[in-house]
Amino acid sequence: MSDNPAARPAAPVVERRGLLARLARARPTQPGEIYGVPGAGETRMLSIATIAVLIFIWWLSTTLGWVKPLFVPAPQAIVQDFVTILRRGYTGEPLWLHVGISTARVFGAFMLACLIGIPLGLAMGISPVMRGIFDPPIEFYRPIPPLAYLPLMIIWFGIGETSKVLLIFLSVFAPVALGARSGVRSAAIEQIHAAYSFGATRWQVLMRVILPSAMPEILTAMRIGIGFGWTTLVAAEMVAATSGLGYMVLSASQFLQTGIVIMGIIVIAAIAYMFDLIMRMLERRLVPWKGRM
Amino acid sequence: MSLQVIDASVVYPGQRGRSSTEALHAVNLTVEAGEFVVVLGASGCGKSTLLNLIAGFVAPTAGRIVLDGQNIQGPGADRSVVFQKHALLPWLNVRDNVAFGLSLQGRGKAERYKISEHFIEILGLRGFEDAPVYTLSGGMQQRVGIARALTCDPKLLLLDEPLGALDALTRERAQELILRVWDGSGKSVLLITHSVEEALFMGTKLIVMSPRPGRITHTFELSFSRRFLAGQTARSVKASADFIALREQVLQIIFADEEAA
Repeated sequence: MSDNPAARPAAPVVERRGLLARLARARPTQPGEIYGVPGAGETRMLSIATIAVLIFIWWLSTTLGWVKPLFVPAPQAIVQDFVTILRRGYTGEPLWLHVGISTARVFGAFMLACLIGIPLGLAMGISPVMRGIFDPPIEFYRPIPPLAYLPLMIIWFGIGETSKVLLIFLSVFAPVALGARSGVRSAAIEQIHAAYSFGATRWQVLMRVILPSAMPEILTAMRIGIGFGWTTLVAAEMVAATSGLGYMVLSASQFLQTGIVIMGIIVIAAIAYMFDLIMRMLERRLVPWKGRM
Repeated sequence: MSLQVIDASVVYPGQRGRSSTEALHAVNLTVEAGEFVVVLGASGCGKSTLLNLIAGFVAPTAGRIVLDGQNIQGPGADRSVVFQKHALLPWLNVRDNVAFGLSLQGRGKAERYKISEHFIEILGLRGFEDAPVYTLSGGMQQRVGIARALTCDPKLLLLDEPLGALDALTRERAQELILRVWDGSGKSVLLITHSVEEALFMGTKLIVMSPRPGRITHTFELSFSRRFLAGQTARSVKASADFIALREQVLQIIFADEEAA
């Protein structure tokens, strides 16, 4: 009876899952997946695990005394610093004020950069005259690190808010203007020709075809731009600031308060990330058609 | 409505030392009111250049394009164009895409929607007015494109391979729909296509063009669409002996051009 080959259980099918199976990819995909899509798959769990492992290694190395607290304080010490500063403030100013003033500087500079950069970028996209005039200065200053022209800002505009906001403005301006400029080319020639064949004027084509088509690229540029803004914040607050997150990090580093430095960095990262989430949400709301036509 | 293309030539200047190309050479063509003119030819024969010329996107190097006694000076709402794809505006829903031309003319919202309503109805888009256009199938998107061109009430409808990207079945349905919409509208149509069958089925006049330089080599008067509109089914028209005979004749002309290349 047991000799009957049909009754014998089939040889177990070796299930190959995960990264190696994806790389080898000898077999067809499951229904619902698309064969051969590069980089397909969920990453959330892996990301969470990575963060957990990093924090664990951090905690382990500080608890076992591998590194001195002066270089890397323990995670719980950072939390402690955060709670303390949340309660008592830093250098006499409450934490929300530091956060508020930095956000105001970055966001103010960002708004200004969008207000000037987007129309200018669009103008550069549609007019060879504008492109000819503004391309050299923008391309010239764009790759220069803001720290390099920070002294000039101070010499020209003093140590007040102007030079701080201007420094951030300059770092946001170039990506936003260049994004708007290349966004002009997003409209398909068929869309433009169709509009003209319905009797559109040049101005109508610009406002009702080219500008809306450029929106996805403009929003992406704004997202990149505000990221640059936060990147430049600390440099901007090197200029005789008495408040702000960048100032907090800089002055804490002078007193070797490593915990506060790290905490400040985390707060800046968190706010910047929040701004990015808001921009992504705006993108979904304003241009749901992005990449779909 | 009467359109005359008179001895029109288009020469594209050569770039970087290459010699210039004559896309169209001394083309003569007349489109009368209510005519359905189909242009057919091997690739590179200047079909699209001819359409661009009539649409007003390209100026003739020599010759004239006259619409109702006036030389054409650039594009205008009396000659709406329907493209193969990419011409709809994805940020507008179906209704606003259809009404787009009217809105460019500054018509009020109520009036726009009232006129659009009619074309949404006859092109079978009812129920999809509020849908974003990028959620529609290719066939429906083309119907939106045609409805949009018709709301402008053009004298001449220019169709630049509008069905080229559709699957065979959808394409036949769309051909029938366009013929029904055209029938009795009194409008003139100029259709560019790659499909000989489509050309013979839809046109009242067939223009066959040849490349290098682009020129008209043959003209046929057609009546197959009349049979369809008189009640015969599209398939039986396309399967009739005289249809097949003419189809093979035209195919031979075009293949001869392709081989000569």
